[in-house]
Amino acid sequence: MGSDTIWIIGSNMTRFGKHPDKDVVDLAAEASREALKDAGISLSEVGVLGVGNLMNAGAGIGQQLQKQIGQTGIPVFNVSNACATGATALRVAIMAVKAGETDVGMAVGVEKLAGAGLLGQRGPKAESETWEPSGRFGALSSTEGRIGTSIMPGVFAQVGMEYGHKYGGASFELFAKISEKNHSHSTLNPLAAYQKRFTLEEIMNDVMIAYPNTRPMCSGNCDGAAAMIVVSDEKMKSMPSGVQKRAVKISASVLTSDPYVDGCQILPDVNTLTRNAASQAYEQAGIGPEDLDLVELHDCFATAELVHYDNLMLCEEGGAVDFFESGAPWRDGAKPVNVSGGLQSKGHPIAATGIANIHEIVMHLRGEAGDRQIEGARVGLAHVIGLGSACGVHILEKVA
Amino acid sequence: MSEAQEIETTETNKRIPFVDYLILDNTPYLQAQECTSCGARYFDRRNACASCFEDHFRLVAIEQEGTVTSFSIVQMGPVPYVSAVVDCGGTSVKCTIMNVEPSPEDVTLGMRVKLMTYSMGQDSEGTEAIAFGFEPI
Repeated sequence: MGSDTIWIIGSNMTRFGKHPDKDVVDLAAEASREALKDAGISLSEVGVLGVGNLMNAGAGIGQQLQKQIGQTGIPVFNVSNACATGATALRVAIMAVKAGETDVGMAVGVEKLAGAGLLGQRGPKAESETWEPSGRFGALSSTEGRIGTSIMPGVFAQVGMEYGHKYGGASFELFAKISEKNHSHSTLNPLAAYQKRFTLEEIMNDVMIAYPNTRPMCSGNCDGAAAMIVVSDEKMKSMPSGVQKRAVKISASVLTSDPYVDGCQILPDVNTLTRNAASQAYEQAGIGPEDLDLVELHDCFATAELVHYDNLMLCEEGGAVDFFESGAPWRDGAKPVNVSGGLQSKGHPIAATGIANIHEIVMHLRGEAGDRQIEGARVGLAHVIGLGSACGVHILEKVA
Repeated sequence: MSEAQEIETTETNKRIPFVDYLILDNTPYLQAQECTSCGARYFDRRNACASCFEDHFRLVAIEQEGTVTSFSIVQMGPVPYVSAVVDCGGTSVKCTIMNVEPSPEDVTLGMRVKLMTYSMGQDSEGTEAIAFGFEPI
């Protein structure tokens, strides 16, 4: 017997940042045990476990976690889906509960990335004595730099610049202002890796990584984990009233991949799959972007945040620059975006990110977000995108 | 496929392209595989069309001039370079912009560029590799 309505009753994220004294399993264990405690349930009640980790995708981190916190014999799904890995782990738990396979699912996303350097860069092939074509392009050596770039800061810089070419107004200064906003927001988030406010000048004069993204405009590699407990409607109604009051309804849970559009195999198209996921999510939830009290979106780079205002339909098509200039996405604006500080300051431990952004929404809907609480928040959206590509959108509602 | 594109300039000295889709004729050009069913264009070795799933392609020459629709100045390595997407008559091409100062004053959205080639040097057998870029017109 499946459940049409799925609830989040437990949620936790570790502090994001450097955890030199903890390994991947330690971090996953911390978030998992705290999420269980938050839900007031025992691991013995959990019927499915979705575990996301990108850097050790073949290592069975889910089972390694069980070895440390409890081996109950339940099915484990170890998932890897680029930066949407955490959202994918949660989708697995939600789908299992929705299908009626179990009443309680747990999802965990964990990553250790501190000091990992730039991602997306493939090492150059070993220089051989003679030119040898290899790969799908028959390339004689690494194409990086020779045929543009595939490194993340450069790819996402081009994503933002492409938007500027199409609609105008997307200047270096505008992108830097987006970063200024998120770093300002982060000062209220004790779990953020960086809680430092930057002036616009500081951001623009910092080290240029890939124009127009300077260092503070890039998400930071760091360590962290996040975990969530989801339950069926029936299970939720059997829980103590204290748990029910804090429960948050998952009104939409969507995962998409990138459909073919012209040019998408030249510059990854992060727009269409996000727009598709958002459309499906709004339809599932029966609400529109105008109903959202806050949004956590995937600002892996400042240039990415701009295009997702548009993709998530927070503004009219082509209107992202005006939307930002109106002040709407600041925490005291009409449509607060990334009040957690976003990936640029909260940090981006890849597989944890897709659950951590949902955790942020949960905290606000419960009224437990502390100094950064968006007062009276009842509806929120969390978005994550992994290049390749995969996009997760979740819409949450406070019901009790 | 790369074999077919190797062009012998002399009996002893060969020139080969950096990638299969760079064709080293007297006037070098980029070549795409165009789906005969839906017209989608690709530069890599294909199994089928990502747009319509058919598996018949014809080779088409890409226009040598185009417009920069997006770029980034990548400054993470020892030498900054300009990565760009160029719209060549409706087909997007990924490339590095050559012969330009890697600065936002010199590279602009909408700028016109054209295909160029350059030598990557010779291997131990004397085979010269030729790469492509785009440069301002």
